Amino acid sequence: MAKLKGAITVNVERCKGCNLCVAACPTDTLSLQPNEVNDRGYHYAYMSNPDACTGCCSCAWVCPDACIEVYRVKID
Amino acid sequence: MELKDIIKEENKVYSKPELLDDVHMHYCPGCSHGVVHKLIAEVVAEMGLTEKTVGISPVGCAVFAYNYIDVDWVEAAHGRAPAVATAISRLWPEDVVFTYQGDGDMAAIGTAETIHAANRGENIVMIFINNAIYGMTGGQMAPTTLIGQKTATTPYGRRVDLNGHPLEITDILATLPGTCYVTRQAVHTPAGARKTKAAIKKAFENALTKKGTSVVEVVSTCNSGWKLSPVKANEWMEENMFKHYPLGDLKVD
Ligand SMILES: Cc1ncc(C[n+]2csc(CCOP(=O)(O)OP(=O)(O)O)c2C)c(N)n1
Ligand code: SF4
Ligand code: SF4
Ligand SMILES: [Mg+2]
Repeated sequence: MAKLKGAITVNVERCKGCNLCVAACPTDTLSLQPNEVNDRGYHYAYMSNPDACTGCCSCAWVCPDACIEVYRVKID
Repeated sequence: MELKDIIKEENKVYSKPELLDDVHMHYCPGCSHGVVHKLIAEVVAEMGLTEKTVGISPVGCAVFAYNYIDVDWVEAAHGRAPAVATAISRLWPEDVVFTYQGDGDMAAIGTAETIHAANRGENIVMIFINNAIYGMTGGQMAPTTLIGQKTATTPYGRRVDLNGHPLEITDILATLPGTCYVTRQAVHTPAGARKTKAAIKKAFENALTKKGTSVVEVVSTCNSGWKLSPVKANEWMEENMFKHYPLGDLKVD
């Protein structure tokens, strides 16, 4: 069966560190940066566990600031 | 497989809608307003209505919506969005005209405009962001504030004897013959956001086919006004708001 492998990018300067994407991700792929902040001082989201991403887009759907781009490939 | 092999243009399945401008939105982190803006921007582009859509922005946190979604807009005085929308839709009947209003705008100062526009069956879409509070002005009680809910003006919780009952404006609008579609949605989960997008699309289709007034309520969070984190605000909404404002279609003609 083909497996889905995904990855996301975060528009770091748009991100407000609201944590909604982290909570929505069913595979625990995302976290907020523990130390780094963007120009506005927000701890932005990133893939802390990139291997887990399936490209399901859950994070992107709930992001209020449309920061997230999702990529997905099928691997056999 | 390495990230650089996945993150390629041809593998992209989700990105910021083009009609959502590349500017910082002033909303608080996690505010439902942003999600709904994104969905409107997607629907307008997907329906090919970029040159045919006019939004009426409210007074409330969404006052600057015209800076964020790249369609034509008019900014109305507080509560008057349905009156302005009436004029525009009558003068430009081929356009899709929508209002974007908070609970204060729609169900307090604008109650008369809201009810009469819907009762006339104006060919407009009303998008109603019900966060049960006056977000913009610092979290005062709104008509839709729940019984017991603490706000700046109900510090011990809303009381029926003092403050009256929460106003179910959407239920009232559903009873009017002028409305063709009345629905209540939420954008706190991916599934909820998908359903809300479908509802906005249906409402816009109704405007194109001149079916009358469509109302899309989005039960929303104002985590700043509620004094909760965005994630906790979503949980509070599920536990409290959905009991009083159950999701689903109220009317489909
Ligand atoms: C004529 C008039 N009266 C009162 C106000 C003050 N005011 C600004 S926004 C607002 C209420 C906003 O609440 P809501 O419509 O629920 O929008 P939200 O900010 O919660 O999205 C009020 C009362 C105003 N700007 N103009
Ligand atoms: S939902 Fe969006 S704004 Fe919020 S933390 Fe995630 S990427 Fe940032
Ligand atoms: S005050 Fe409330 S409604 Fe206004 S932007 Fe902040 S969270 Fe959103
Ligand atoms: Mg409000």
